[in-house]
Amino acid sequence: MAAKSNLKNMALSLSAVCLVCSALLGGVYAMTSGPIAEAQAAKTAASIARVLPEFSAQPELKTVEVEGTEYSYYDVPGSGIAVISNASGFGGPLKLMVGIDEKGQIVNTVVLSHSETPGLGAKCTTDAAFIDQFKGWDPAARKLAVRKDGGEVDAITASTITSRAYSAAIASAYDVYLNLKGNE
Amino acid sequence: MSKFALITKGFLKENPTFVLVLGMCPTLATTTSAMNGLEMGLATMFVLILSNIVISLIAPMVPDKVHIPVYIVVIATFVTLLQLLMQAYVPEVYETLGLFIPLIVVNCIVLGRAEAFANKNSVGDSALDGIGIGLGFTVSLVVIGIVREILGSGSVFGWKFIPGDGILAFVMAPGAFIVLGYLMVLFNKLAKR
Repeated sequence: MAAKSNLKNMALSLSAVCLVCSALLGGVYAMTSGPIAEAQAAKTAASIARVLPEFSAQPELKTVEVEGTEYSYYDVPGSGIAVISNASGFGGPLKLMVGIDEKGQIVNTVVLSHSETPGLGAKCTTDAAFIDQFKGWDPAARKLAVRKDGGEVDAITASTITSRAYSAAIASAYDVYLNLKGNE
Repeated sequence: MSKFALITKGFLKENPTFVLVLGMCPTLATTTSAMNGLEMGLATMFVLILSNIVISLIAPMVPDKVHIPVYIVVIATFVTLLQLLMQAYVPEVYETLGLFIPLIVVNCIVLGRAEAFANKNSVGDSALDGIGIGLGFTVSLVVIGIVREILGSGSVFGWKFIPGDGILAFVMAPGAFIVLGYLMVLFNKLAKR
């Protein structure tokens, strides 16, 4: 049956197994790293295309620091910027990509990742009435906050915290826009 | 045990979910819909079959005192392989299940089959055992997923046939426990006949 459990056997068998496994993993990693990067790039490109008006220029990834927080955004000359912004939702961080055109209006928003409650807060990814209200929003004229907090955002029913986070994420994306514009 | 019985025992006599009650974490967490249950079940089956095969091959050479670490390394390798492959070729599936794939490493079904079956049976039988238990697990997850999806979202496999929101509790954790409990009772009552 099993080999004897002396030190030599144990060390040998464990090292052999680890060696083979790491070789295998290394090989598969090398094989899949290309397609993984491609899949992620395709996803990012699709998100940018959704949040900004049609563009032909190549989006360029940049970072900027606004009030101590570092933001990543894609600069698309002739179209606008797509800012990646975070806020605390009900279940964890809510990550959005917010498209802002050159006139400072919100074009569209898309949720990149979230951990909201299925059936309640998670509706922020599917509820068209909620998402579409931000299209063409001018944060300089209309306050980005839910109605309960004195703003003009219609919250998702029974998901005030998620709606608040969504509005806050858009508002901080707009701060990034203002900051960039101020520095030009 | 006949080859056929090796495959069918996973459905009834040794059903991992309703009889052995193993691997509860992914069972409860991923069955919010029938599709998620199916994908999780297939992913676990993939790891189970491969780890059963490899472990039955290497078992005679592994000293007793280190057999658990060796098995875990083998299982973890297959899980990581699966994770990389899913990320590269089916990113949409990976997005919904990504969080739970690493948990397959500690799914007691996989190590349990290695300990209870693969390390003392032939390669062929171990592969069949992996298929049988894997199918049993997959079917159980799909059944739980279907019940939760109907009650919680009014749909099956994403096909909506009851308008409106459904009973929210069934999409969340409490509903998972309730559905699992009732199905377990039902299953054991039927299986006893």
